[in-house]
This record gives sequence, C-alpha cells and structure tokens, in this order.
Amino acid sequence: MEPILEISGLTKRYADGPVALDGVDLTIGKGEIFALLGPNGAGKTTLIGAVCGLVRPSEGTIRAFGMDLAKDWRSARRRIGLVPQEMATDMFSKVIDTVSYSRGLFGLPASPARIEEILRSLMLWDKRDSQIRHLSGGMKRRVLIAKALAHDPELLFLDEPTAGVDVELRRDMWRQIGAMRAAGTTIILTTHYIEEAEEMADRVGVIDKGRLLLVEDKATLMARMGSVEAVITLEAPLADVPARLAAYPLTLSDDGLKLTYRGHGGATEAKAEVAHLVQALVEARMGFSALDTRQSSLEDIFVDLVEQGV
Amino acid sequence: MTRGFNLRGTFAIFTFELMRAFRTFFQSIFAPVLTTSLYFIVFGAAIGGKMSSVGGVSYGAYIIPGLLLLTLLGETTSNASFGIYMPRFTGTIYELLSAPVGVAETLMGFVGAAAVKSLILAAIILVTASFFVDYHIAHPILALGYVVLVAAAFALFGFALGIWADGFEKLGIVPMLILQPLTFLGGTFYSIDMLPDPWRRVALANPIVYLVNGLRWTFTGKSDVNIWASLALTLGFLALCAGAIAWMFKTGWRLRS
Repeated sequence: MEPILEISGLTKRYADGPVALDGVDLTIGKGEIFALLGPNGAGKTTLIGAVCGLVRPSEGTIRAFGMDLAKDWRSARRRIGLVPQEMATDMFSKVIDTVSYSRGLFGLPASPARIEEILRSLMLWDKRDSQIRHLSGGMKRRVLIAKALAHDPELLFLDEPTAGVDVELRRDMWRQIGAMRAAGTTIILTTHYIEEAEEMADRVGVIDKGRLLLVEDKATLMARMGSVEAVITLEAPLADVPARLAAYPLTLSDDGLKLTYRGHGGATEAKAEVAHLVQALVEARMGFSALDTRQSSLEDIFVDLVEQGV
Repeated sequence: MTRGFNLRGTFAIFTFELMRAFRTFFQSIFAPVLTTSLYFIVFGAAIGGKMSSVGGVSYGAYIIPGLLLLTLLGETTSNASFGIYMPRFTGTIYELLSAPVGVAETLMGFVGAAAVKSLILAAIILVTASFFVDYHIAHPILALGYVVLVAAAFALFGFALGIWADGFEKLGIVPMLILQPLTFLGGTFYSIDMLPDPWRRVALANPIVYLVNGLRWTFTGKSDVNIWASLALTLGFLALCAGAIAWMFKTGWRLRS
C-alpha cells in the first residue's frame, strides 16, 4: 500500500515531565483506517499533535505525502485535517461561518456549494445559521468534523471522535467515517472504545507510555492473539475431566455439569480445537444439551497487551 | 495558493476577527465612543471653557489627539490581545496551528483586523468630537498615517500580550494598570511644558508623551518634543513587538507544547 504518512523515531520529551513519545515508528497506507489504541496519557494525542503542528517533536522525522513536515509544512498541512478531542470552537459563530472560515484558513477559495454538500452530509444544513452554542453536543461534534472536512483533506485525524456521545450518535459517526473512507480519505483515529476500532479499523496500533507496542492488521491480530471460550452443558455430571480429554484446556464446574474450554493463541486455531473437542465428546458418547462459545474481543487483546507491555 | 504566502488564510482570519468585533458592537464600538464623549464633555466643554488656549489652540481642540490616543491604545491592545488569547483559552487555536499559515499570515490577519477596528473607532471619535469642539487637522494625511502606525504597533503589542497572558487578569493588567496611567500622565490633557521641573524631565521618560505629541503635531502643527523622536520611538516599538512575536512563533512559546 502506498504510504501517505511515515513517522520515524518520533520522540517528544518535555523539559520537566515524562517522555510523551519514545521513538515511535509508524507508516500509514493511503486509503486505510488506522486505529490508535491506548490508555489515558499513553501518547495518542501527542502523536497526532506532532503530525498536525500542535506539538514540537524533540527528535525524529515525519513525512506526509512524501514531504518532510519540518520543511514542506505548508503544502503538507493543506492536505491534513484534524478533529480534536475537545469541543473547541467559537460558540458564538454561526455553523456556516465557522466552516467557511476553516476552508479559507487552509487557503482554498470560497465554495458555497462544497460547504453545503459537507453540511448536508453531516445533517447540519438545517442548522447552518444557528450559533454553535445552541446546538446539541452531538451536533457540535459534527461541526468540528465539518470544519476538518472543509478543505477536503486527504489525511484526516480523528482524536476520540465519539468521546462522550451516546450510542446512537456513535453509530452515526461510524457511518460518517465509513463514508469519508469511501470518498478516498485516509483516516487515523484514536479511541477508548475498542468496539470502535473493531468495527471500523483496517489496522490497529497499541501505544502505552509513549511506546508503540504493536501495529498489526486487525483481522490478523484477532486471529493470532484472540481466544475462544466454549461452555458445554453436560446431560450427566462428571466427577472429573475424562482422561481422553486431558489434552484440551478444560475445567469442570463444581457440580460436574459444565465443561469450560479456554483456548488461547489465536481464534482460528481455538475454533478448530473446539470442533475437535465436540467430536471427541460424541465419540466418547458423552451427551451434552448446550454449547455456548464466545470469541475474545479486541478489547481483551488490548488489555492483555498493555498489561504485558509487550 | 499555499506553497507560498497564504493570502486566503490571512483574509479568513481578518474577516473572522472583524465579524467578532461587530458581534460585540456595544463593547467594541459604542462603549469607547461613549467614554470619549464623556471626556469631551467634562474636559473639553466644562473645564475647557474656563481654560485659555494652549499654544494658540483652543483647549478643546488641543486634547483631541490625546483623547484619540487614549482610546486607541487601550482598545487596540485589548482587541488584539483578546483576538489571540481567546483561541488559546477555548482551544480553538488548534485550527490555526494546524493550518498552512505562518507568522506573517497570522499577524496580518489578527493585527490587521485589530488595527482596522481601531481606525474605524478613531474615525467615529473624530466625528463625535466635532459635535463638541471646533477643530481642524493641520496634516490630515500624516495624521492618518501616524494613527495607522500607532494602531499597528499596539495591535502587535496586544497580540504579544495575548500570547504571554495565562489568565484574564494578566490580560487586563497591562492596559489598565500600565497603558492608561501612562497615557493620562503622557500629556493627554495638558502640555508637558506646563509642568515644573523636575516633573517635566520625568514626563519625558514616559514613552506615551512622544506618541501623544507625534499625533498632536499632525493635528495642530505643535509638539512638546521632537517629532522625529516620536516617529523613531513608534517605529522602534513596532519593530520590537514584531520581533518578540516572531520569536514566540519560532520557538512555539505558549503556543505549541
């Protein structure tokens, strides 16, 4: 995939504080959705800030669209958009004015048609003449997205885009983000909601204490590091796990009626092993009345990774 | 085009700032005009009627340049400082810092808007003054040029103040506790030649004296100080503020973390 952003050895060291970024290397491909996961204070916003010009890196290089951001910042910034985490906008401005301002700020000529298109796509057109302070929280966040889209960026950063919004709006945002990607925008998002990354991202990166712990294709990561839990409800109680099933990672409940399988090291392998286990139960003529399986989420993997510090 | 100077970005900042001023019409325009009118009533009409002319100029006309500067310095500084401080305070500065605009575009946008607001204010004040006092301007082109120069210098000063301040109190301290007293003591209502020594010599250490007399010369053709000193001081102050802001942008001081 053609790289659109190349970060190399990026370090941010504050004069009297901890190291916010510690030698981060990251390459983002054109057209992908990349989710950056990490706990509070991990360095997610600092990383975005360094690319967008809000943070001065201590060391390292950032190249966007093949240009060195330290030298060709005007040309590169023209093609980058940012939706900040905080609800930062001039609350007394009208929606249409603040979005038009953003377009002009990035050096583009006024385009009422394009502004209308953006506002309509974000369901803000009816509110175009409203002061931002009169909008709901969800609409304010959409205004921030509209401002970021006003100059048609090719690379868009979304810093916690759905923080503090309700479930319905969150799903609506996901649809919006999907539409942006469909329009050809490369998206890098940070989030606390693992399901958000699971829903949308092509690749995920996990960052903690300023260090990028891993970067991997989401599906590969879940297949490699995911786990499967299967609970088998038996028709007759067992005193112990039968010897012929000893090879499987099984535990027996106190009443002897539930066998629980916990397979790690990759969801694909674990699922196959569950199938073999069921086959073994049938061959052993051990009757069972129910089989419940649960695959680990990206959240489980994320928690494990952060705890292990990889 | 954004490869070079981002003119559209400058214009966007400029118009956005002007719109902000018009949203706060009563605070930005009406209040200073009302205050200046009261000065004319109290000093020009009430006290001025009992005073002889100063240097051959009626007292009412004599104080016009000083009153103009009194309003101009305070309003320009406040406008420019709020213009950049509020985005810092509310967090909207992220957009400015992430946009393809450099220090030149930012300054021309913010400082230009603050200076234009001040020029509009100055014009309204002069029209208002004509209701109270008969006056004429000896060198109108030079007067306009000097007002533009002073407005630009103090808009830069205000901008630097808005970056320096880390709270609303600091934002108000400089205009209220430094600029206003210095302007009052800077020959706004009197000629420093009226002061006995050593106060006259002390007054000459006040930089506002040179600004007031520079503008007064363009209005009346008379000045207590060398007008070239006034011009040099104004240009020097402008350059100093521009240099300080350039340093702030270069280092990211209080702008970028």
